[in-house]
Amino acid sequence: MKEIVSSLPGVFYRRPEPDKPVFVEEGDEVKAGDTIGLIEVMKSFQEVKAEADGVIKSIKVEDKAVVDAGQVVAELE
Amino acid sequence: MSYFKKVLIANRGEIARRIIKTCHRLGIETVAVYSDADADTPCVKEAGEARHIGGSQAKESYLNMEKIIQTAKDTGADAIHPGYGFLSENTKFTKLCEDAGITFIGPDAEKIQLMGDKIEARRHMQKAGVPVVPGWDGKLDSAEHALEIAEELGYPLMLKASAGGGGIGMHIVYNKEELTKSFSSAQQTAGASFGDDTVFLERFIEHARHIEVQIAADHKGHAIHLFERECSIQRRNQKVIEESPSPFLTEALRRKLCETAVTGVKEIGYTNAGTVEFIFDDETGDFYFLEMNTRLQVEHPVTEEITGIDLVELQLKIAAGEDIGFTQADIKHNGYAIEARLYAEDPDTYFPSPGKLTKLKLPEGIGRFDFAYEEGNTVSPFYDPMVGKIIVHGANREEALDWLDNVLDGIEIEGITTNLPLLKQLVNEKDFREGSYTTNYLQTRKAGRE
Repeated sequence: MKEIVSSLPGVFYRRPEPDKPVFVEEGDEVKAGDTIGLIEVMKSFQEVKAEADGVIKSIKVEDKAVVDAGQVVAELE
Repeated sequence: MSYFKKVLIANRGEIARRIIKTCHRLGIETVAVYSDADADTPCVKEAGEARHIGGSQAKESYLNMEKIIQTAKDTGADAIHPGYGFLSENTKFTKLCEDAGITFIGPDAEKIQLMGDKIEARRHMQKAGVPVVPGWDGKLDSAEHALEIAEELGYPLMLKASAGGGGIGMHIVYNKEELTKSFSSAQQTAGASFGDDTVFLERFIEHARHIEVQIAADHKGHAIHLFERECSIQRRNQKVIEESPSPFLTEALRRKLCETAVTGVKEIGYTNAGTVEFIFDDETGDFYFLEMNTRLQVEHPVTEEITGIDLVELQLKIAAGEDIGFTQADIKHNGYAIEARLYAEDPDTYFPSPGKLTKLKLPEGIGRFDFAYEEGNTVSPFYDPMVGKIIVHGANREEALDWLDNVLDGIEIEGITTNLPLLKQLVNEKDFREGSYTTNYLQTRKAGRE
């Protein structure tokens, strides 16, 4: 199992825009480099990407919740 | 003279400290409000009293209108200063203040609303004889309709959100294909960001300078300007360096620009301090109204340094119903002032860098430092990346730039990445020294080095 961590502190978003679908759901297959969420930090948005291929086992952070640098955002199988 | 008994500052960081300073000098008591993340910041200690209002995310604290109004009532504040950003241009908030019998330090809701609607602002300024960017301010019903209008105006064009601002939701289009492609996404972005999907078209000025005029008007109909600020050094539509006077303007052009701004302000019956932004076509020398900011600006210290006028005091005075108390002829510009914004970000990629300031030493004796943080504070990821502003004043531009160079060299900052190296380079670059730059400067100079 691999962990996807946020390298920055900020606010986690699961959708690219409020009225758009989520980037990924649990059970979705992802490739290395796929965006799984956004971190809002200092009024800018940074992408959180999967670093390996796999299946999203669980998403650990709720939409619009605060995350710390190094916090696990999702788990990958 | 005490304009108010107690002012609550509905903001944070450097601007909260700035407002507290003037209030205390005038014998006005102050209340700071703060979020979880800001509990240890200097403004909390410097205010007469401080109240915690909620979580670190702005919507839980600095945008929580009911909580802020309740705090003002609880502490007996008779006025609220909104600073810039957050609730400073929010008409729902100004109405809540009014209902609570608390003075909002700024213009009335109607004027904020008017200038917040970019299409309406354009129409009103045009009516007053202020030149506006050639464009079409009618409602665009569809992409087909936009294409028709675009054909008449000519490319390149800028597709803008009527309710937008601060560079958000602007699309530059060079041809039919790009306009077709951008139209619906521009509408969507506008709808999602501002709750209004109205978009309009303006000619895109490729080589532009951004010059703005500081104005103030009281309730008796007196309106004055406090000269211009040149703000062309920008990254991602955010200002990095501001100066006054502009190295680009001749005395005749300066007078024309400043008088035009006052005419526009009088036409709409504006009150309190505000800024009329203009865009200059570097190729033709023509200038056009861009938008009006109905609040105190980040870069207001530049104006204070050359005029010797405290803009926060002027805001308090006007909000209290007093006359401005001096005339245009009384306002002189003395020397040259420049401001550099220190951002917590990579100097090349602008990648944000929040974190603990393990060291922050500012040189003593020269320069004005309006800083949000002090050594030991954590630069928060929840708000904008500005750590502070460095402002210097000199007899002329050359001297001011030399001072700035010295001051920047004297700053010691550790723990986070900042744009200090970029600021140091800029101050010594030939084109910048010669005043030869447009809003593309940071982008093109970077490309030139790569």
